[in-house]
Amino acid sequence: MDLGEINPVLLVASLMVAATPLLLAAIGELVVEKAGVLNLGVEGMMIIGAISGFAISVETGSPWLGFIAAAIGGAILSLLFVLLTQVALANQVASGLALTLFGLGFSALLGQSYVGVKPPSMGEINIPFISDIPVIGPILFQHDPILYLGIALIAAVWAVLKYTRIGLILRAVGENHDAAHALGYKVIKIRIMAIMFGGACAGLGGAYISLIRVPQWTEGMTAGVGWIALALVVFASWKPWRVLLGAYLFGGITVLQLNLQAAGVAIPVEYLAMSPYIITILVLVILSADKSSAPASLGRIFHASH
Amino acid sequence: MKFKSLLTTATIALGLATGAVAQDKTKVGFVYVGPVGDGGWTYEHNKGRLAVEEHFGDKVETVFVESVPEGPDAERVMTQMALDGADLIFTTSFGYMDPTINVAKKFPDVKFEHATGYKTADNVSVYSARFYEGRAVQGHIAGKMTKSNTIGYIGSYPIPEVIRGINSAYIHAKKVNPDVEFKIVWAYTWFDPAKEADAATVLIEQGADVILQHTDSTAPQAAAQEAGNVITFGQASDMGEYAPMPRVSSIIDNWAPYYIARVQAVADGTWSTANTWDGIGPGMVEIGEISDAVPADVKEEALALKAALADGSYHAFTGPLKKQDGSDWLADGETADDGTLAGMNFYVEGLEGEIPQ
Amino acid sequence: MIVLEKRPQPSKAWSYATPLVAVIATMIFGGILFALLGKNPVEAIGTIFWEPLFGEFAFYYRPQLLVKGAPLVLIAIGLSLGFRAGIWNIGAEGQYIMGAIFGAGAGLAFYPLDAWYIFPIMVLAGAFGGWLWAMIPAFLKVRFGTNEILVSLMLVYVAEQFLASVSLGLLKNPEGFGFPGSRNLQSYESAHNAELIAGSGMHWGVVAAFIAVIFSYVLLNRHMLGFHIRLTGEAPRAAKFAGVNPARLILFCLGISGALAGLAGMFEVTGPSGQVSIDFNVGYGFTAIIVAFLGRLHPVGILLAGGLMALTYIGGEIAQSQLGLPAAAIQVFQGMLLFFLLAFDLLTNYRIRAARSEVA
Repeated sequence: MDLGEINPVLLVASLMVAATPLLLAAIGELVVEKAGVLNLGVEGMMIIGAISGFAISVETGSPWLGFIAAAIGGAILSLLFVLLTQVALANQVASGLALTLFGLGFSALLGQSYVGVKPPSMGEINIPFISDIPVIGPILFQHDPILYLGIALIAAVWAVLKYTRIGLILRAVGENHDAAHALGYKVIKIRIMAIMFGGACAGLGGAYISLIRVPQWTEGMTAGVGWIALALVVFASWKPWRVLLGAYLFGGITVLQLNLQAAGVAIPVEYLAMSPYIITILVLVILSADKSSAPASLGRIFHASH
Repeated sequence: MKFKSLLTTATIALGLATGAVAQDKTKVGFVYVGPVGDGGWTYEHNKGRLAVEEHFGDKVETVFVESVPEGPDAERVMTQMALDGADLIFTTSFGYMDPTINVAKKFPDVKFEHATGYKTADNVSVYSARFYEGRAVQGHIAGKMTKSNTIGYIGSYPIPEVIRGINSAYIHAKKVNPDVEFKIVWAYTWFDPAKEADAATVLIEQGADVILQHTDSTAPQAAAQEAGNVITFGQASDMGEYAPMPRVSSIIDNWAPYYIARVQAVADGTWSTANTWDGIGPGMVEIGEISDAVPADVKEEALALKAALADGSYHAFTGPLKKQDGSDWLADGETADDGTLAGMNFYVEGLEGEIPQ
Repeated sequence: MIVLEKRPQPSKAWSYATPLVAVIATMIFGGILFALLGKNPVEAIGTIFWEPLFGEFAFYYRPQLLVKGAPLVLIAIGLSLGFRAGIWNIGAEGQYIMGAIFGAGAGLAFYPLDAWYIFPIMVLAGAFGGWLWAMIPAFLKVRFGTNEILVSLMLVYVAEQFLASVSLGLLKNPEGFGFPGSRNLQSYESAHNAELIAGSGMHWGVVAAFIAVIFSYVLLNRHMLGFHIRLTGEAPRAAKFAGVNPARLILFCLGISGALAGLAGMFEVTGPSGQVSIDFNVGYGFTAIIVAFLGRLHPVGILLAGGLMALTYIGGEIAQSQLGLPAAAIQVFQGMLLFFLLAFDLLTNYRIRAARSEVA
């Protein structure tokens, strides 16, 4: 065993990469839930994003176009959820799960001809001098652009929810849709926008896996990240910065446990493999002194009766 | 036993009904554990199926069901194929072992071929590949090429198949480079490309400049490419898109020759129960092209080792070898027996860490 | 302009008719999908819906519907109680795994003893395993107010690692040549959950699923506790005034759903599946959530929904092997079916009307 082999700087840098798909999907879902809608279809939207991003960037040779396509793909799939829950007023939990089932199958059909193909690489932002600063350089200034976009999205969502009128309306819709309706806000319209934003973010998260993190296309390659993203929103008590914290905590423990294994630490592997989940629970228990709870209208069906 | 008699009647009826047709058309079923688009294990089995179709043309009809969970679902799919008149069914995952035996009992006239298991019957054969022979070649190249003397190894679960590969690679790396050290990371999942990427990155960060993987995705290849100066080997399929660097060679599962031979045997009526464990020699394990990133002399040695393994003049586990705890395993010149290899659950001397239990 | 108008009372007629309409819609759109994939749509739809029920080999597939549907129904019944009360156990998959490990473990501890009492002990152990796993989120919620969605979901992954660990270690078959996986309980008679009548598909798990349906029906309609569950879900404030003890309700709902999921796992591992292995769980715990909602959280509805899901699984497999449809197409088809079932449910609760001008 040699813990000295674990380089903390590199560890932090790689946990940021590991956490990014989670972070992107979770911040999108946070906005959806803030608007009072529970969309359990994150996994399905992620995998659709993963394949649309992959296919478009392979066809065009541009990862940027790929990411744009991924966001659009995720948003389009989320429209199905819109149709079910906002127009047909169906149950949100079941609709979300059905969306995941559909997305997993549909992505596999779309991706049949992309197995074994290598996508174009995006490259890292490398700013001369700044990127070479010891410690801070590798952690803060040597990543791909999408990682920064993820952090920027967190900041943007936080600012919009806290300081803008749109944020206020969104929260009002999520807390009490009847009151919001009575005040003249278009509840359904706002929710549709939120759901599509969530779909786009999940799509970006999926494409991050298929274009940057892995990068390849295989069926079902998101391997459950969407579910973790859902759990993270709960973990974060619907607060943007805590999504970041949760994603880094989860990604960090995942990377750390692999580091401990490689360094030969004598902890049984199965316990190390369980640790990200158990520690997430423990941290949540510790944080549960914070009583801020879910948006009051979360998951409830809204129908303007008059 | 109403059910059994019903089934037998059905099969007899089918046998009578389709007997005339079956004379010239052999129906072959394949049960896959993953999707055919997994780019790894199932993908290669499906390539074997396509090779069967190509080889026999109209004389053979193949059917398959993908992503079949091990357990009752597998049993149902096999039964369904047998009811539909399959003459031969390949079940391509270790977990299909007991279901295969169960279904084979109900359909004595249908032949079954189970991959990687050990239970045989009158109408059940088992087949598997000696991937550890390929690992020996990899180990040799790895030992020669490493500059940091640290080789990273990504395993899925600690099953005999994976442990055998680790031992074989280690023995041959150590032989050419006594200072070599292995760092082993268990992903504890069969399939999670993102986790494989993390594992590879971690190993590289901890000083490994060679990554061996016993998982199927190209994630470790990409991680190595990004790091630069790290070499990898393709697994299951060639992964040639990452050649010449980081991928310097690969182990390829090639089931086609075996599948064609067994289908032929059924068509000829010469099929009998067999326990096949083939390696490089018969072509079940292929070594992908060794790229130019490998120095010419190392490449030559590797090819010589491959040739010796292929013609049987050299066994990948040849003594003297000790187990990790220092106890004797193989005496000088002694080679390991297949029984020990099949159930291998120990490391050889020099490997560090414990096998998770 | 078309508007929806809430019916004062859900329409009885539509509640029976919507599933039918949905299935027909799925057949049309699914048919288009199959046609796009180059298959004969009529043949494909026929294979999925007709073959398992009335085809040449229906004698084999009909019992298989029970085998495939029983765990779904058993788990979904438990979940539905909690869902009605607004208690979100989405970790049934984990409880299912723990039930299997506890149940099989209890039986294997007796190996090779032959005795009548072994199987009943295993049943209890299985229920206990699932219950215990569900008690973790229940306790944390009651004691610390921790969100049960997150805890129960995270525990699924913990249970999966635990399953891998016991398959490779504690419960590994000592005669299995070092391969992972436990002894096969199908060949250990005292611990085997065999078919009660050979070829019928009826094993104790199927019996348990039917009992659970009846039990849940009686509980919800005839019992005070059932009333409290419904009241808490529909009107939490009123429930408080009615003297419902929320902590006790959480413990009960999570406990019962955990125990039923554990039972499902135990019956599966001792019967159709036979052994504890790394890949023992196949997602019943998650699919059961869909089944619960598809059945409108009603016991009889769940029974029918479980049967329908089982039918699409089995029919889908047949379509794959006979017609060469990819598994993904079957998944998309199942997704469509769920979409339509959920969407057309609208007609049960709402009337579609042309809007009067003053509404706009």
